[in-house]
Amino acid sequence: MPRRNDIDKILLIGSGPIVIGQAAEFDYSGVQACKVLQEDGFEVVLVNSNPATIMTDPEFAAATYIEPLLPGPVAKIIEKERPDALLPTLGGQTALNLAMALHDDGTLERFGVELIGANHAAINRAEDREEFRLTMNKAGLRIPWSVTVSSPDEVESGLADGTITLPAIVRPAFTMGGHGGGIGHDEAELLAVVAEGVAASPINQVLVEESVIGWGEFEMEVMRDHNDNVVIICAIENIDPMGVHTGDSVTVAPAQTLTDALYQELRDQSIAVIRAVGVETGGSNVQFAVNPEDGEIVVIEMNPRVSRSSALASKATGFPIAKIAAKLAVGYSLEEIPNDITSATPASFEPSIDYVVTKIPRFAFEKFPGADGVLSTYMQSVGEVMSMGRTFRESFAKAMRSRELDSHPDLSCDDGTLLARLETPTADRYDLILEAFRRGLSVDQVRERCLVDPWFLREFELLVDEGEGNEDLIRTFKSVDTCAAEFEAVTPYYYSAYERPDRDGTAESEVRRGSRPSVVILGAGPNRIGQGIEFDYCCVHAAMTVRELDRDAVMVNCNPETVSTDYDTSDRLYFEPLTIEDVLAVCEQEKPEGVIVQFGGQTPLKLAHHLEEAGVPLLGTSVDAIDLAEDRGRFGAMLKRLGIKHPPYGTASSAAEATAISADVGFPLLVRPSYVLGGRAMELCYSSDDLTTYLDANVKASTEHLLLLDRFLENAIEIDVDALCDGTDVKIGGIMQHVEEAGVHSGDSACVIPPMSLGEGMLEEIRETTRQMALELGVIGLINIQYAVAGGELHVIEANPRASRTVPFVSKATGVPLAKVACRIMLGERLADMEFPDDLGDHVSVKEAVLPFARFAGADSVLGPEMKSTGEVMGIASDFPTAFAKAQAAAGASLPSAGTVFITVTDTDKAAATQFAARFHDLGFKIVATGGTAQTIASMGVPVTRINKIAEGSPHVLDLINESECDLVINTPTGSGARIDGYEIRTSAVKRGIPCITTMTSASAAVRAITAQMQGPAEVRSLQELHGKAPAGCD
Amino acid sequence: MSPTSPGYVLLEDGARFDGEICGDLSGITGEIVFNTSMTGYQEAVTDPSYAGQVITFTYPMIGNYGVSEGAMESDRVHARAVIMRDARNGEDAATAEGGWLDWLADCGAAAITGVDTRALVRQIRSRGAMRGGIFTGDVAELEAAARVEAEPSMVGADFARAVSHDEPIRFAGDGPHVVAIDTGIKLSMVNDLRGTGARLTLMPCTASSADVLAEDPDLVFLANGPGDPAALDYVVEAVRGLIGKRPVGGVCLGHQMLCRAVGLDTFKLTFGHRGSNHPVKDLRTGRIEITSQNHGFAVAGPSGEHQLPSDEPVTWQTDFGSAELSHINLYDRTVEGLILPEARAMTVQYHPEAGPGPHDAKYLFDRFLALAR
Ligand SMILES: Nc1ncnc2c1ncn2[C@@H]1O[C@H](COP(=O)(O)OP(=O)(O)O)[C@@H](O)[C@H]1O
Ligand SMILES: Nc1ncnc2c1ncn2[C@@H]1O[C@H](COP(=O)(O)OP(=O)(O)O)[C@@H](O)[C@H]1O
Ligand SMILES: [Mg+2]
Ligand SMILES: [Mg+2]
Repeated sequence: MPRRNDIDKILLIGSGPIVIGQAAEFDYSGVQACKVLQEDGFEVVLVNSNPATIMTDPEFAAATYIEPLLPGPVAKIIEKERPDALLPTLGGQTALNLAMALHDDGTLERFGVELIGANHAAINRAEDREEFRLTMNKAGLRIPWSVTVSSPDEVESGLADGTITLPAIVRPAFTMGGHGGGIGHDEAELLAVVAEGVAASPINQVLVEESVIGWGEFEMEVMRDHNDNVVIICAIENIDPMGVHTGDSVTVAPAQTLTDALYQELRDQSIAVIRAVGVETGGSNVQFAVNPEDGEIVVIEMNPRVSRSSALASKATGFPIAKIAAKLAVGYSLEEIPNDITSATPASFEPSIDYVVTKIPRFAFEKFPGADGVLSTYMQSVGEVMSMGRTFRESFAKAMRSRELDSHPDLSCDDGTLLARLETPTADRYDLILEAFRRGLSVDQVRERCLVDPWFLREFELLVDEGEGNEDLIRTFKSVDTCAAEFEAVTPYYYSAYERPDRDGTAESEVRRGSRPSVVILGAGPNRIGQGIEFDYCCVHAAMTVRELDRDAVMVNCNPETVSTDYDTSDRLYFEPLTIEDVLAVCEQEKPEGVIVQFGGQTPLKLAHHLEEAGVPLLGTSVDAIDLAEDRGRFGAMLKRLGIKHPPYGTASSAAEATAISADVGFPLLVRPSYVLGGRAMELCYSSDDLTTYLDANVKASTEHLLLLDRFLENAIEIDVDALCDGTDVKIGGIMQHVEEAGVHSGDSACVIPPMSLGEGMLEEIRETTRQMALELGVIGLINIQYAVAGGELHVIEANPRASRTVPFVSKATGVPLAKVACRIMLGERLADMEFPDDLGDHVSVKEAVLPFARFAGADSVLGPEMKSTGEVMGIASDFPTAFAKAQAAAGASLPSAGTVFITVTDTDKAAATQFAARFHDLGFKIVATGGTAQTIASMGVPVTRINKIAEGSPHVLDLINESECDLVINTPTGSGARIDGYEIRTSAVKRGIPCITTMTSASAAVRAITAQMQGPAEVRSLQELHGKAPAGCD
Repeated sequence: MSPTSPGYVLLEDGARFDGEICGDLSGITGEIVFNTSMTGYQEAVTDPSYAGQVITFTYPMIGNYGVSEGAMESDRVHARAVIMRDARNGEDAATAEGGWLDWLADCGAAAITGVDTRALVRQIRSRGAMRGGIFTGDVAELEAAARVEAEPSMVGADFARAVSHDEPIRFAGDGPHVVAIDTGIKLSMVNDLRGTGARLTLMPCTASSADVLAEDPDLVFLANGPGDPAALDYVVEAVRGLIGKRPVGGVCLGHQMLCRAVGLDTFKLTFGHRGSNHPVKDLRTGRIEITSQNHGFAVAGPSGEHQLPSDEPVTWQTDFGSAELSHINLYDRTVEGLILPEARAMTVQYHPEAGPGPHDAKYLFDRFLALAR
């Protein structure tokens, strides 16, 4: 069946902000879909709230909307654009759920929009756990026994009549990343998990299920076309057995331990599942549990859409699942689509690979004190790395070094403790296993504790005993070709491998390097808090620019989720760890014109001086300039020379020294180790007691680096500036004013372009200071400077001589692609020769951070100088309040338009709080407050209901929140005082999904936003309308 | 058992790939081919169709789940040797009854590991499957080359006689009587035929049409097997004596026999089809099956064409009525199936019995049996 000609315009929904369980993989899949649909002449309308995505670059769609992924705004887009079809299977669970909602509320029918890729009934059969169970039963496939429940009461009766036995697994319907699920080992735990799960599920339904913890877990990536042809793209084996979410498991492809008979059985069942569920076209992921004793198979779940695993499978095999899924959705059959990689064979085949792929998740537990760090059936990792090697050991060792850990797991314990630690799956499980073998413990001893298949354990043991097995071998590069070399590959997708030298002492390298000069772009490695998709965005822009400037773009990265590791993005992709040895090996192969280290965040920047030492040419800002910006002493001296203010600071190399200089710097103090990104281990100390506590807890973590002590500027407005510099001229990319005051990490605070409350004089000072610093530092490319305006004076907080987290946001807000311009500068072009729009339009853009607290039971949601957010969203409107309201809604914390506001603030904030209370009252809200706050509010004549603090006894604020009798929480913590109650309030609010505001400045923004949103639904405008068709700048 | 001594693979064209020899061996020669299946190493080496060949596994880690009786495709190892990147000998899998390398050694099969199999495969892919050998490091290259040169070519080689047997083998059953000409039948195929309820008799490959008819078959089945189909005139002759008289089904070499019997020629593919991922299209229904494949020779169309350009079934008249080329391989558009509607005959080039490989085409056994009188 060829292309459907009865549809022209297709609406594609992205997956929104990066959150745990839904990351950059959906930008990768969305970009593929946009490209392939546009190439085929379809008009693509795209909606996504995440500005840090390549798919929201204006050239990937006819109309691009950065709007909240909620039925209201998307219905407005549908009404305006009138698409013929909606493709919901490429934007993760978010897009799928949104499409279901638009179907259920009649929007799709009203505007005659057809769901393509997966229909409503099929989505329902896969996602509704009960429907799925019935469907599997009908197809004669086995699934664990289960009981669908909607309340803890049903669990009690189930336990009583024996329909539920312990331990049991709780799995909510329609959530992703296992959110709201868990393991109930005993009755109390089961009841608690069920309560959470019911609350998390959009249809308030969970499955309580037979536990098959310890069985092998396998994932099959399946594709089906209109003609009912079904192929398996990849089998992924989880080394962590059942009980650890696939997203948190170390996985390998292809499956290593399955006999052909068992593999074919899984293959047959996968095909039966996709047919039974009735996904007509596209990719699905089917998960199985296999009993290691007797090969018994049970079906665990199926995702009727492109998923994290399908992105991994695409990178692992070279088969672009999302791209093919998009083509299938518009009518093609598998046979009609060529396999890009061989170009000679069709997509209707099953990839065969001749290497081993390992994926290892990257965790961030250190950011969330209070979270227990135990892996379970819900996902907690924030990123992942993938590697390829010709042997399992080679592949695994590469993946381990790709993780780029900031701190290494503590392995100092006796053997007994070590083995005991293996019983609970944790982030450092594999480090512990290797340690056990280093100590000579046996495979059986380890196996007994962790249930990992002995095949893997023997490989780990061998890795410890004999290393990677590379002795006498030499490093070369092989290509990924989907077909195990059966056909010639035309796609330049490479990985390094060690092989035996041939007669002339070399090993065959498959890299085909033409005569064009190449530019190597170093990626950002695994996504983590502080270094996310924004950096990948910049790397992709660099690749595009390098290609435009007639050079070969060469990408090096190890993150399978990203667009940068799509083989289409660069001229040559090296899927490699970002360590100096691995990068040098690529450079040796490439002999590049230069290497770009500015776009991948701190990861490549850390390699800069090693590369320089090895004689590899770097493009852009010099290593010395980087050092000048990062070395406190040199930087301070430079500011002094330029007469630029900065907060008083000091450095110390020991705890004692820190205490000694603290008085000179002056309290409150901000303390942290140097050279970190995302404010790791950064804390605010109001007194020398606070400082002592900090030093006791953290000084170990920072022995290698100096400790930095800064005077903390209170009540300061924080400003972020992204600017371009070519050595002669400076161009300001954007000035962002933060909504939260300085002290909340720039990555976690909302910010707005243009700045809302800075006078022209201050703005000019900011521009001039930025110009001076960029030139003085010797920046060639991008620089990001953070300022604080305190007492009407401008202070520099820090300068980063590289692309920053805000580059995509600024680019989307202004229409000037900063990373592309920077890349041109690095390749010798001059700002003076480029054209920039002088009018940035009349719109206001707000960026809001998205925080993962709901994932980490026990972690406090209060914001501080240490970054905690995983992603960001953007709201665009013609005024600030509306843009802010959109950003809040997009971040998943829609502000209420009616209901109850609960206010509890510290003394210093009470006066301001009274103002808001009055405004809320005028808007028709009911006000509830704790003692002191209530009194102040009442004294101003605003009606308020007083409620008990926790210590004052029930009914208290927690009851109010837990019973969902409040719609907005305003709670400001300070220093150390109001923390305890505040912590409980905030964690409960986060759990219930009640928006929780922790600063007065954002409270003020919220009131204005609520006022604006009560005036009616906001207008939607595409980026193309805002900035004109062609993106401005130098495209 | 672990690799013992340095060794190397030497190809007819002089290419050399070093590795480590497993077990005792001073040298072995054969046709060097590659298989792209990621599972099913034991099934592959015991498949009689690999007689005379040395299998290079493209998947680097071979032996992961050991060996077991259930994975045997015949009573012994037929491949002369295996070439691997990273062989394993563990027996941890629940189904394992032995270690892979130990078992190979017990079966007297040679093995080499540590070889850059991908480089080797790329060589074969571009230069074609060719003769070669595996030698220990102490064998001088000149001597090795001479031994490779002495190995007869696969073209014109009759290996069927070597893997067949002398007397009929009979399996009881209540259904129709299927008489198979055993040119090296795989156990999976025996099991699938028996699974239909058929009574099955395996005749030696040298059986004449009269011998077969004497068994009073309801269906004649032409099995898979090794070697050059062009060398098996005696089988073709027997088949010619059966077409039209009894319904005929068949697979792989058996398909080539039926094709030759209706006048088609066979030719040697550059490097053959060996793996579990080849897409085959049924030209009558448009459906695609992912198939298990193992053949080095293929059938040319009625005009001698090696590839079928269109997706329409090719039909023509033969001595036995009309004939139709019913299936094609979507990788290289070679012939994958033949149907003789009037003569009630149908064969496919690929392996519906899998073992190893996907089960997409298992239904074909019911189709074959449906032909039975
Ligand atoms: N019955 C079960 N017994 C043990 N573990 C289970 C069971 N069901 C699910 N799990 C574990 O929970 C994880 C998440 O479950 P899944 O249904 O796949 O949720 P999600 O939709 O988040 O992917 C699985 O990857 C598996 O490890
Ligand atoms: N002297 C200061 N006064 C007030 N706030 C500060 C000061 N220094 C840093 N901060 C706050 O801490 C956050 C993180 O500090 P920063 O130096 O930007 O670290 P990072 O390198 O992690 O971005 C800033 O975004 C700002 O909100
Ligand atoms: Mg899952
Ligand atoms: Mg910062």
